Amino acid sequence: MLPLLTRRAALLATGAFALAGSAGALTLSSQAGERKFVLVILRGAMDGLAAAAPYGDTHYLAARGKLALAGPGETNGVLPLTEGFGLHPNLAFLHSAWTSGALAIVPACASPYRERSHFDAQDVLETGASAVFGASDGWLGRALNAMPPELKRDAVAISGALPLVLRGSASATSWAPSFAPSASDDTLNRLMDLYAGDDVLGPALASAIETSAIASGSGMDGAEGKGRRAGPGAYKGLAEAASRLLSAEGGPAAAVLSFDGWDTHANQGAANGQLALRLAGLDAALRALKEGLGKTWSNTVVAVVTEFGRTVSENGTGGTDHGTGSTAFLLGGAVSGGKFAGDWPGLAPKALFEGRDLRPATDIRSLFMSVLQDHWGLDRAALGKRVFPDAGGVVAIPGLVRT
Amino acid sequence: MTATLMASIAVNRFGLGARPGELGAAGADPKAWLARQLKDKASFAVKPGTLPTTRAAALALGTYLDAIKDKRSGAGKLSPEAQEDAVLKPLKPLRDILMAEIEARTLRALTTETSFAERLVLFWSNHFTVSAGKAVSLPFAGVFEREVIRAGMTGTFADLLVASTRHPGMLLYLDQAQSIGPNSVAGKRRDKGLNENLAREILELQTLGAQGGYTQADVTEFAKALTGWSLAGARTRKLVPTAEPGDFVFIDRFHEPGARTVMGKRYAEKDEAQGEAILRDLAGHPSTAQRLALKLARHFISDEPPAAAVEALAKSYRASGGHLPSVHDTLISLEAAWQPEARKFKSPNEFFLSALRLAGLPKIEMKGLVAAYGLLGQVPYQAPSPEGWPDDAASWAGPDAVIKRIEWAQAYSERLGSKLRPEDMARGALGPALSARTAQSIARAEGAAQGLTLALMSPEFQRR
Repeated sequence: MLPLLTRRAALLATGAFALAGSAGALTLSSQAGERKFVLVILRGAMDGLAAAAPYGDTHYLAARGKLALAGPGETNGVLPLTEGFGLHPNLAFLHSAWTSGALAIVPACASPYRERSHFDAQDVLETGASAVFGASDGWLGRALNAMPPELKRDAVAISGALPLVLRGSASATSWAPSFAPSASDDTLNRLMDLYAGDDVLGPALASAIETSAIASGSGMDGAEGKGRRAGPGAYKGLAEAASRLLSAEGGPAAAVLSFDGWDTHANQGAANGQLALRLAGLDAALRALKEGLGKTWSNTVVAVVTEFGRTVSENGTGGTDHGTGSTAFLLGGAVSGGKFAGDWPGLAPKALFEGRDLRPATDIRSLFMSVLQDHWGLDRAALGKRVFPDAGGVVAIPGLVRT
Repeated sequence: MTATLMASIAVNRFGLGARPGELGAAGADPKAWLARQLKDKASFAVKPGTLPTTRAAALALGTYLDAIKDKRSGAGKLSPEAQEDAVLKPLKPLRDILMAEIEARTLRALTTETSFAERLVLFWSNHFTVSAGKAVSLPFAGVFEREVIRAGMTGTFADLLVASTRHPGMLLYLDQAQSIGPNSVAGKRRDKGLNENLAREILELQTLGAQGGYTQADVTEFAKALTGWSLAGARTRKLVPTAEPGDFVFIDRFHEPGARTVMGKRYAEKDEAQGEAILRDLAGHPSTAQRLALKLARHFISDEPPAAAVEALAKSYRASGGHLPSVHDTLISLEAAWQPEARKFKSPNEFFLSALRLAGLPKIEMKGLVAAYGLLGQVPYQAPSPEGWPDDAASWAGPDAVIKRIEWAQAYSERLGSKLRPEDMARGALGPALSARTAQSIARAEGAAQGLTLALMSPEFQRR
């Protein structure tokens, strides 16, 4: 492959595509422009009660049964937090982040969606709307568009397709490890000509050329031998790819990672088992992200979210069914952590949503608002008008980001 | 519209892309060419050859489950990678089944002369997703398609839904096989119970749709009605001694006793008749007609199909009692389906198959087949969720996906050799739909391989 800049410069010279904001941002050294945001979506509905276990809740053992984790200090026990909570024993990196003040936990949150379809719930989580199909683009895409033009406002998704949360932004792109030989620059230029006037293929190819420049510049093609493997073993490779793209000079302001496989209807397990395996994979990925980002970590906020929680009680097949409230993590060097955010409704039978699920106490959009407002400096009016137009009285959670 | 343009639409939009000479074969009367494929069972059937039956798949799964039983304990000490490897070896025979299924389906798609029928199989197989992404459903994904989907294409949707729900692939993929009514004989004795996954996905994805008007109470009631629907396996065979592995069995000891109420209707039936009655009512519900009509129109016309086309399909569904050949025949009659401009962006699978058909390849190298599907982002039988593969340009035309298509197209074109005549190949596949601009770009290419890459990646070949 030709040096990236050659290809990119040639394409820019033809005027075949325009990169909103990105070219200008390279010359900017404003601190706000270097503030990175990583959104990690755990698709399939992660059991928040297993990730951050409320072992001190008087109803915990009764409600969770065989899914309950042992207390801190016991064999396979939780890693102690405060207020009667403990992290799953496989989340050692997250625990070290908590101890160093780089992890905040929202113990009972959800999007406004109150049904139990994965697909509709992910739609609401990603559009940021109040109801299913409330918007056709994503809240992060809209947020990037609302950023002041002098700041970096581009993003990359580590996946083949662009996730809904980034749709609507002209400067969002997607990237995934590849094993095929690169297409020749000449062929790409001819295709760019052929795609003039094609509003699907034209922008997609232009964006891909731009992104592959950064990724291949750091030697990523072919280096991710395990990156395409499905399952929790793959999370780490994807996180490493994100860290390299983000920390590259002129790298994007945001990255979106999707980790699949959290729909644990059967044999979920407790300290060991299906879910424990995924949590270990998640922990390894987040550790790799921090290590890969190097000093950029101190300017980074990572939000780890899922579309909804799972039933508090075990179902008939050793797993859990679709629920409502779950846990969200806010992690990173720019996070003011070591604390919980939002209320804890408790596990008393009467406190549960519809008698079966953790009742959400926090609208997950308030967490996103904290990042956009306090980390990226979007003003409240722009947030309300352009990013979350139907969020009603939802406001940012104060004090989660070092400003 | 000229007959040749209609032939191009019939073969490319309704079919899997033209093979050399196929435009001519469809050309005399393209609509009749399509309609002929619908009512004949032979259009849909495949010879299983050495591929496993449902029973053989069930036996293979049993062997696998026995092999990993011992390895489960202590697995928590291993790294995620090591744990994956610990189950890889016993998984190999199951994966071999999957590879054979992928090969067989690909060969079928490349050689079939009834490619509209094949497209319908792929559409309905995706609607009733049994993904090989889970070990327990892995060996059944292919046989489910053969024995349920293909066999059901000349009947009604209700029969297809019932057959799908009874098949081990579906029962295992969506966790139904061990769902136990809390007040059943088994439920009262053991610490096991209800699993509502299959009931929910039938309501949400296979029939009414998420906006179709059901509640959580309907999900739970339906799940209770389905308790007892299982398959003959190591444990359940003791309960139903006459059954062979892989047979559908109704296990009375698992079934929640009593009448159920779903969508406002009371079902007092006993045994499996209760679940089947609910399934048949769901198939006949107007929300189901509407949802299936929209999915079909979206698949064959455009991401945002015209309301009139959707309504025509829904009406046909209601009027025919969900008779699939009738609904598919209505699809052929829709004016919106014959607009000259191709508006559907091909899925990776459609792109891959049409590119191979364009060259008229009599056979393919199986080595690397799955890698190619993987590179393009859609390995057969491995849909990421029960919702199946997405069906819109926004999901398939991302920047990375487009560059992967180019990379694959280039490698494929180079492998085909230098004696190609790419412009003739493109015209043979697209007919009058090949634009002057693309033809000129192909003609000006620096070589035959680049010319074919440009043809395959042209806006008109990327769509159908």
